[in-house]
Amino acid sequence: MGKIKATHESLVNKEYSVTELVKTTLDKVKKSSPQLGTYITITEEKALKDAAAIDDKIKKGEPISVLSGIPMGVKDNISTKGIRTTCASKMLENYTPIFDATVMKKLNNESPILIGKCNMDEFAMGSTSETSAFGAVKNPWSTKHVPGGSSGGSAATVAADEVVFSLGTDTGGSIRQPAAFCGIVGMKPTYGTVSRFGVVSYASSLDQVASFTKTVEDCAIVMETISGYDPLESTSVNRPNPSYSNGLGKSIKGLKIGVPTEYFKGDSVVMEKIKAALKVYESLGAIIEDVSIPHAEYALPAYYIIASAEASSNLARFDGVRYGARVEDVEDVTDMMSETRGQFFGKEVKKRIMIGTYALSAGYYDAYYLKALKVRTLLKQDFDKAFEKFDILLTPVAPCLPYTIGEGYKDPVAMYLGDLCTASINLVGIPGLTIPCGFSEGLPIGLQLLGKPFSEKALLNAGAVFEQNTDYHKQSPNMEVL
Amino acid sequence: MAIGRKEVEHVASLARLALTEDEKKAYEEELRDVITFMDKLEELDTEGIEPTIHVLDMNNVFRKDEIQESLPIDDVLKNAPDSEEGCFVVPSIL
Repeated sequence: MGKIKATHESLVNKEYSVTELVKTTLDKVKKSSPQLGTYITITEEKALKDAAAIDDKIKKGEPISVLSGIPMGVKDNISTKGIRTTCASKMLENYTPIFDATVMKKLNNESPILIGKCNMDEFAMGSTSETSAFGAVKNPWSTKHVPGGSSGGSAATVAADEVVFSLGTDTGGSIRQPAAFCGIVGMKPTYGTVSRFGVVSYASSLDQVASFTKTVEDCAIVMETISGYDPLESTSVNRPNPSYSNGLGKSIKGLKIGVPTEYFKGDSVVMEKIKAALKVYESLGAIIEDVSIPHAEYALPAYYIIASAEASSNLARFDGVRYGARVEDVEDVTDMMSETRGQFFGKEVKKRIMIGTYALSAGYYDAYYLKALKVRTLLKQDFDKAFEKFDILLTPVAPCLPYTIGEGYKDPVAMYLGDLCTASINLVGIPGLTIPCGFSEGLPIGLQLLGKPFSEKALLNAGAVFEQNTDYHKQSPNMEVL
Repeated sequence: MAIGRKEVEHVASLARLALTEDEKKAYEEELRDVITFMDKLEELDTEGIEPTIHVLDMNNVFRKDEIQESLPIDDVLKNAPDSEEGCFVVPSIL
């Protein structure tokens, strides 16, 4: 059983009250968050008020949903009505949304308890959660290492057992890579499955919201709640929302798993653990064969062009006029905008805006942006072809163990290369699930399962079966050392 | 194309980003590295390939042209750095 159902049962059986659970959670968060940097804002008052309301319901014998009273964290680029949403940027340090993102509205209907807004890379740009204006996030397994990015705070808070689940966003791997680095479960659903309304856009054609959990079953439960059509979002897919958690763990005998050879480059220990995971699947009756994604090596340059181009356009709204920070004592509007953006955006954000502006500028549009979109087509064709033969593809998540703090930014291009296995998946829009598959030097390693569009249920089943036959998901970092 | 100081300043001005001298110097090198990395795409012949803007088969999404309630002005201005009489205030434009 996952942690969500176990906690739910404890609450309805009155082993402890929601208020007691929330108080314990807040104590834990207050103790470890300053060291780990997991939260930007802690919503203590609201959490206790919401907990008391659910306790009242339980006392009256009213039924509560499975997520009711479950403590959660939310990445700070997801709008929360009346709760500041900073995107880990000085630009939005004092910004308080006047509306909830659709995912928050859907969650609020089930009344989990928001513990706070999780730290992240500024505007979700990064692979380490070091670019936050509020300080870096640290990996609970080793505070010398990063938790991955950009949803590092959301991943670390679940790994550290501060909360039961959290939400993050994934533009080029920002859920799957931190899930792998923190030894937990993370999924990027098929593009369009979860509404992006109210999520501060980074790269609109790539962004997806999803969850961090300790188990695959928990991932399925959260997915059931947050996914579904949203008329407020033009890229939301209008199709029935399946029951993701029903019937998880059924036999995978005869499941055809493809192994894209181009993604097996990197740290030998990591690759060995992934190969060991393939053996587990083989022993359970899956058929494993190599497959080629010929254009894989072109995915990253294409990804960074497209993501940066969309970012430069999306971040144009931060001009100091309607919301966000503004410099004082300027002559005219143009100066106000340039000075505001120059002063309140961080280094990585400015860099990506510059790259995107360059790629979209007159004379370079065809050579970079249009070219990248064409390469995206070739990559999509590669994956379509692979899925004609295979049900699932299995790859590493990252080619290495978590970076030590400061390491990645010494060689930014090398760090971008670390996103190879994850960013390709956003370009083609398919779902990807990360589950823990081993440890090296006390640091977690994750594997990635990929499927055809809308095959989340099959991915979750394959993940659940792996979980049933391994115990990596049961391990937690030693928080006593903090 | 080589990225020099002139290109950095031009792109920063298009992007409305005021940069310090140190930043300009740093971005010269970093942008050069990233653009070189992106130039790898030149190896591929993409003649006749259709670009993929969205991975899903997207069509325009329309809703009925119905009058709906607007956000209250006070809410809209709640996060504005400066406002007056229901409007956003900015420095002089002309």
